Amino acid sequence: MATDPLQKTNPEDRAPETAAGHLVVFDQVVKRYGDHVVLDHLDFTVERGQHVTLIGPSGSGKTTILRLLMTLERISGGLIMVSGKPLSHMAGPGGSLKPASEKYQREIRKKIGMVFQQFNLFPNMNVLQNITESPVNVLGMDRAEAEERAEELLDMVGLREKITAHPTQLSGGQQQRVAIARALAMRPEILLLDEVTSALDPELVAGVLDLLREIARTTDITMLCVTHEMNFARDISDQVLMFDSGRVIESGPPEKLFGDPDHERTREFLSAVL
Amino acid sequence: MGDFYSYFFDHLPNVWSGLWVTIEATVLGAIVALALSFAFGFMANSRHVLVRGVSRVIVEFFRGTSLYVQLFWLYYAFPLLFSYELTPLFCGVVAFGMNYGAYGSEVVRGALNAVPKGQWEAAVALNMTPAQRMRRVILPQAWVQMIPPFTNLLIQLLKATPLLWLITAADLTTVIQQMRDRTGETTWAYLTLLVMYFILAYALTLLMNLLERHAKTRLGQHTSARSLLRSRSAESAEKAEVAQATGGGG
Amino acid sequence: MNYQWDWDAVREAFPLLMEGFKTTLLATVLGTLVAAVLGLVVAMAGRAPTRLVTIPVRALTEFVRSTPLLVQLVGAYTIFNSFEPLTIGIAVLGIHYASYLSEVYRAGIDAVPKGQWEACRALSMSPRRTWQAVILPQAVRNVLPALGNYGIAMFKETPFLAVITVSEMVFEAQEYGSEHFVYAEVFTLAGLIFLAASYPTSLLMRKLEKRLGH
Repeated sequence: MATDPLQKTNPEDRAPETAAGHLVVFDQVVKRYGDHVVLDHLDFTVERGQHVTLIGPSGSGKTTILRLLMTLERISGGLIMVSGKPLSHMAGPGGSLKPASEKYQREIRKKIGMVFQQFNLFPNMNVLQNITESPVNVLGMDRAEAEERAEELLDMVGLREKITAHPTQLSGGQQQRVAIARALAMRPEILLLDEVTSALDPELVAGVLDLLREIARTTDITMLCVTHEMNFARDISDQVLMFDSGRVIESGPPEKLFGDPDHERTREFLSAVL
Repeated sequence: MGDFYSYFFDHLPNVWSGLWVTIEATVLGAIVALALSFAFGFMANSRHVLVRGVSRVIVEFFRGTSLYVQLFWLYYAFPLLFSYELTPLFCGVVAFGMNYGAYGSEVVRGALNAVPKGQWEAAVALNMTPAQRMRRVILPQAWVQMIPPFTNLLIQLLKATPLLWLITAADLTTVIQQMRDRTGETTWAYLTLLVMYFILAYALTLLMNLLERHAKTRLGQHTSARSLLRSRSAESAEKAEVAQATGGGG
Repeated sequence: MNYQWDWDAVREAFPLLMEGFKTTLLATVLGTLVAAVLGLVVAMAGRAPTRLVTIPVRALTEFVRSTPLLVQLVGAYTIFNSFEPLTIGIAVLGIHYASYLSEVYRAGIDAVPKGQWEACRALSMSPRRTWQAVILPQAVRNVLPALGNYGIAMFKETPFLAVITVSEMVFEAQEYGSEHFVYAEVFTLAGLIFLAASYPTSLLMRKLEKRLGH
C-alpha cells in the first residue's frame, strides 16, 4: 500500500470528493515511534461544525491524532487535510508534495486551537496576558480590542475577577477554564480538547465540562475531543469514534455507539469504563 | 598588625584602584561569559548537527584546558604567534569570558531543556513563531532556573581574578601583596585580602539573589526577604554547584 | 602569522612536562582524597546537635569557598614557610575542595530517605551503627559522581601550585618557556595535555553518573 505521500501526485486530484466537503480528512495516516506503530493507516473525516469524540483504551493513539493535527508531531505516512489543504505537506516541484515549511504550517494552524490535559498556561504571564498574548502578537489584533475580547471570554468562563491573577494562584479547574478562554481568543475553526479533565480533582470536573457543553451549544466551532468522560461524550458528540490499536474500529452517533455497539471490543471497553 | 593597617589606610587610593581592576575584570568577564553562554547554549540546542558539533567542540575545549593555561597562553604565547600585544586586563576578560562562558552554556542548555515541553506545545498551539515561542514563553521561564548556577559561576569568576596578579595587572591581590612586602605583615595582609574577597563575593550573591527574586515574582513565585540573605550553600544552589563543576553532566 | 613554530622545543619539552605531570597527578589524587575525607567530616560536623559546632563550621566553610584558591595558596605558603610547597599545595587544595564537597555530602545525606533513619531507630541501632551501616553507604553512593567531577575540576586548578614553586607540569612549561623563549609551544602543549587527560575522564564520569541514575 502506498503510504508515502511524497510519492503521490496532488491529493486534490486524487481524492476530489474528500477535499471538497470535509473539514478534516485523515487519509491512510501512519504514525510510528521507532518500531512502535501508533496510528496504522488511519482513515476518518470530520465535517464542519461537528462535535466528534474519540474514545478507546489508553495508548490507542487518540491523543496522537490531536497532536498530529496541532502539528506537535510529525506524520510518518499518509496525509491529513484541513479545509482541503494538506496539513503537513505543501506543493513541491512537479505537483509532488514536500514537507510543509514553518510558514505554511502557521497559515494552516490559524484555524486550529487546542486545550491540553495539563492546561499549559504560561507561568510568566497573568491571566489576561495569557489570553491576549497571541491575539496581539500573532494575529496582530489591537491590544485594547484583544483585552476587551479577553474580558468577554473571562465572563463566559466565569473568571472575570481573576483577570490579573497569576496561573499559580488558580485551582486546576480555573486554570483549565482560562486555557479554554485562551484557545477561543484565537477564534479557531477547530478546537482540539485533549483529555481536558484528566488532571483535575474530581469536584472540579463538572464545571469545566459544563463550560464545554455551553461552548458546543452556542458556537459553531468544530470540536474534536479525546475524553474518558463517557457521559460528556454522549452529551456533546454528533459522532463518536471508537479506537483500538491505532485504528477506528467503530464509529457512529452516540446513541448507537453507546446504546448498541456492533463491535465486541467496543462492548468490552464500554462495560469496563461505564 | 598596626603597621599593616596604618599603611593600608594611608594608601587607600591604591586599594581602591586595585579593587577597581578586580571589579572591572569580574564584570567585563561576566558580560563576555554571559554572551557566550547564550550563544553556545542556543547552538547546543540547534537542529543542525554541524552547529551542535561546533558548539560542543568549543565548549569541551575551553572546559578541558585549564583556565590558568588559557590565560598564560593569551598573555605569553599570543603576542609571539600574532605579533600583537594584549593588555593584561584584556587577556583576563577574554580568558574568564571564554572559560566561564563554556560552563555557562551548559547552564543555558540545561535550563532551556528544563522548561516543560507543554509550554512549547501551548505556544505552538497559539501559533507563535519560533522566535516568539523562545522570547515570550521559554526564555522567561528558563531564565529563573539559570540564575542560581550563574551566581555560582560569577563567584568562581571573581575567585579566578587574582590570576591577573600573575600577568602583571594591578588587581586587588597585587596591591595588597605590595603592602605586605612593604610592611612584612604577612598574616594580616592575607587575612585582609581574603576578607575583602569574601565581602565582594557576598555582595555579588546578594545582587544575584535580588535578580532571582525579581525573576521569580514575574513567574508568580514569592520568596521571603530572608532568602535574599542566604548564602550560596543554600539548598537551591547545591545542585547548581555540582552542575557547574560537571558542566551539567552532558 | 609568520611565527616559526619550534618543533624541536616541543620534542624537548614534552618529557619535561610529562615529568611535571606526575606531580600534577599526585597533587590531584592526594588533594581529592583530603577533600573527600575532610568534606565528610565537615558535613557531619554541620549536623552536630549543638549550634556551638554547626555555626562556626558553616561560617568557616562559607568563608573558604567564597575566597580565591590562589590567595589561600600564596598566603599559606608564605605563612607556613617551613613546610614543603607540595605539602602546602595539597593541604590547601584539599581544604578548599572540602568546602565544596561538604555541601555535596550534606545534600547526599539529606537525600537518604527519612524512613531509613526511622527504621534504624525502630531497630534500636546505635548512632554510630546507623551512620556506618545505613546512612553513609547510601550517601556516598549519591556523592560519588560529584566527587569525580570535583576531582577533575581540581586537576585543572593544579597549575596554581606553580605559583608556590611546586614543579608540576605548568611550572615546568614556564621554566622551559622562559629559558628558550618558546612560550607558544610549551603552553599549547600544556593545554593539550590537560585536554587529553580531562576530557576522557569527564566522559567516563558522565557514564558513571548515568549508570548510577543521576
